[in-house]
Amino acid sequence: MGLVSVARIASRSARLTRTVVARGLQTTADTTSLHGRAPEDKSEPFTLTLHEDSFHAHRMDAPSLDVEVTKDMLIGLYRDMTTMRRMEMAADALYKAKLIRGFCHLAIGQEAVSVGIESAIAPEDKLITAYRCHPFAVLRGGSIKGVLAELLGRQAGMSNGKGGSMHMFTPTFFGGNGIVGAQVPVGAGIAFAQKYLSKGTTTFALYGDGASNQGQVFEAFNMAKLWDLPVIFVCENNKYGMGTSAERSSSNTEYFKRGDLIPGLQVNAMDIIAAHQAAKFARQWTLDGKGPLLLEFVTYRYGGHSMSDPGTTYRTRDEIQRMRSTQDPIKGLQKYLEDWGVTTEEELKRIDKQAKAEVDQAVAEAKASPEPELKDLWTDIYYKGTEPSYMRGREREEARSFLPTH
Amino acid sequence: MSTPPPADGDLPGLATSALLRNTRESALKTPGIRWDEADVMSSIDTRKMNMFQSIRDAMSTTLSEDDTAVIFGEDVAFGGVFRCTMGLAEEFGKERVFNTPLTEQGIAGFGIGLAAMGQTAIAEMQFADYIWPAFDQIVNEAAKMRYRSGGQYSAGRLTIRAPSMTVGHGALYHSQSPEGFFMGAAGLKIVVPRGPIQAKGLLLASIRDPNPVIFFEPKILYRSSVEHVPIPSYTLPLSSAEILKPGSDLTILTWGTPLYTMSAGARIELIDLRTILPWDRETVVQSVKKTGRLVIVHEAGKIGGVGSEIASVVTEECFLRLEAPVRRVCGWDAPVPLIYEKFYVPDAVRILDAIVSTLHYLIPSQEFGVVHV
Ligand SMILES: Cc1ncc(C[n+]2csc(CCOP(=O)(O)OP(=O)(O)O)c2C)c(N)n1
Ligand SMILES: [Mg+2]
Repeated sequence: MGLVSVARIASRSARLTRTVVARGLQTTADTTSLHGRAPEDKSEPFTLTLHEDSFHAHRMDAPSLDVEVTKDMLIGLYRDMTTMRRMEMAADALYKAKLIRGFCHLAIGQEAVSVGIESAIAPEDKLITAYRCHPFAVLRGGSIKGVLAELLGRQAGMSNGKGGSMHMFTPTFFGGNGIVGAQVPVGAGIAFAQKYLSKGTTTFALYGDGASNQGQVFEAFNMAKLWDLPVIFVCENNKYGMGTSAERSSSNTEYFKRGDLIPGLQVNAMDIIAAHQAAKFARQWTLDGKGPLLLEFVTYRYGGHSMSDPGTTYRTRDEIQRMRSTQDPIKGLQKYLEDWGVTTEEELKRIDKQAKAEVDQAVAEAKASPEPELKDLWTDIYYKGTEPSYMRGREREEARSFLPTH
Repeated sequence: MSTPPPADGDLPGLATSALLRNTRESALKTPGIRWDEADVMSSIDTRKMNMFQSIRDAMSTTLSEDDTAVIFGEDVAFGGVFRCTMGLAEEFGKERVFNTPLTEQGIAGFGIGLAAMGQTAIAEMQFADYIWPAFDQIVNEAAKMRYRSGGQYSAGRLTIRAPSMTVGHGALYHSQSPEGFFMGAAGLKIVVPRGPIQAKGLLLASIRDPNPVIFFEPKILYRSSVEHVPIPSYTLPLSSAEILKPGSDLTILTWGTPLYTMSAGARIELIDLRTILPWDRETVVQSVKKTGRLVIVHEAGKIGGVGSEIASVVTEECFLRLEAPVRRVCGWDAPVPLIYEKFYVPDAVRILDAIVSTLHYLIPSQEFGVVHV
């Protein structure tokens, strides 16, 4: 009997004796188990079992702990998470080299959220989030080059270098947003349109534990429930909003219970398998016409809030170190892949190398891209062709050069 | 192709600006300074401070002298993003300097309630760009409370501080100057300091003023402007513009960061408006009546900006004295763009262009049949 199952029996009996205090969600990254062996064929489905404390449900039944996967899918998850982390590390380096200026928020440590959701949603579903948006921008049809070039303010950027950090969009990704909380009612509107147009698709609207306290988040909840919208509100709980811990910002830190009549599910989002299962389940929930659902993805941000925050003044180095070394979503998946014989160490190394090469190339291309042209300062303010006939700066009176003339 | 001039001009920069008072003697001569205690001047000491330190100093004064005063906002107990509240929670207690959740509308409304109960409420919006969620509370509740209760209640003891203006690369959501959007909110005051000495005196005046005040702090000045700031408490008058340099031929009116873009030019009168609402019409009108020419500079976009209001008042009041149309040098009417931020901000070249063409303005002669020499 493995350690995990011993722990499970022990915790099961503990639960029998405990009636008042709910046991905490566990956030280990490597407690999903495989019974028997994984099939040879990389595309043949097989079943994994999640740790029983992977979910906490509110006003609903938790999804099954049995998760169907294939070897290919698991390898794909690993590749995506590794590549996303590489990209964020590259952004970090570009910032430190002073090539990226201004604001830059990284999602290192939170890869299972973006990759987990992306692994379960359909290409035509929609997603909207706040500023920790780089992985979503890539996974939802953008590119690493596009993200990095946007951060650098270059033409090859996803918004042509006009927005910078937080301003990235694709046809199925309604962007990062710098105004914390503002994206959540927008998500409800997107979901309404999906329902109205009978699209058979769903919207994931993400926000942080800090953002969860904005009034408009609750306003969005109410509209979504009132009109039974196919929207999944995802609270990405990484325990901090800038320097303020969840306990200090929120009277109720069980974010999955904050949707009033909206059922909620708390998820161990350090385990990519649990994140995948929850996203898949939630998607189906909304498509079945059951209205909105609230997912709380419990995760952790390794770095500071943004590049100017070392991230160590309001939490201990110990805490960060513990999360990194014991609950890392990538290491957790890596362990699965090795333990279950899904792939070899060499293959993983090859994937790591590929990810690095892909990101390195994107960095080089992004750096080579020129800055936007000056004329673009005045584009995209009004719809093309409907601009006012005159916009300031287009004429000499204000943009005159005092250079000695030709 | 020739290279364009540096976007921020060729000015010596803030550190050496003549607008900053670098000695005790000059600091004590700050015009309009009103000491809380009528001490003999000789006993007053000054300390070198940057603007975030002097703002902290003002709030520390308030917390010491006014038991009802509390400070709240996102992460203010940890010092705030710009360090303005550093150490205040430790010094005055966590029940007086406390973090709020991320809830700007809530922060403003909460502050109004506190103020209506007679407490001194100092709220921080982490960036002026995040004041929009609180716009309704500020414009509909704070500004109107006195009026709509027939004078029974007011939010007069509320002061909202918010870092504003550009930083060079703040882009759409970290570089805005929203002061113009509040211009129509009668009942409200809007103040913008230009440096450490001003910030301390104007902030104390704002906190004590019996009307709700929004205090926009130009964030680039937090660290880069340094002065010898008097240690005892003092105020500087609200709704009073300051003539920084008298001149005869042209008036330049601005506030906050752009003040440091002006090079000292002969015969040009430089005015710091300081209070944007209600603004000091008298000083501005007097000045323009004397010089006959006005150039207004602000970072916010031109359309509907504060300059529009001032220009029309000056046109009404000084029409027959004007030698040239009032010119405005402002941000472009676009969102503050990441990569063009320095280009967006009124720079020395654009300001100089406005000055030169205002000084050289000729009424188009054919149209009016007037011949100019
Ligand atoms: C309306 C608004 N207020 C404040 C901010 C400044 N701010 C940016 S992120 C942030 C913390 C958000 O925390 P959380 O929602 O937990 O997201 P996380 O950073 O943890 O991903 C704050 C206060 C903002 N961007 N918008
Ligand atoms: Mg958070």
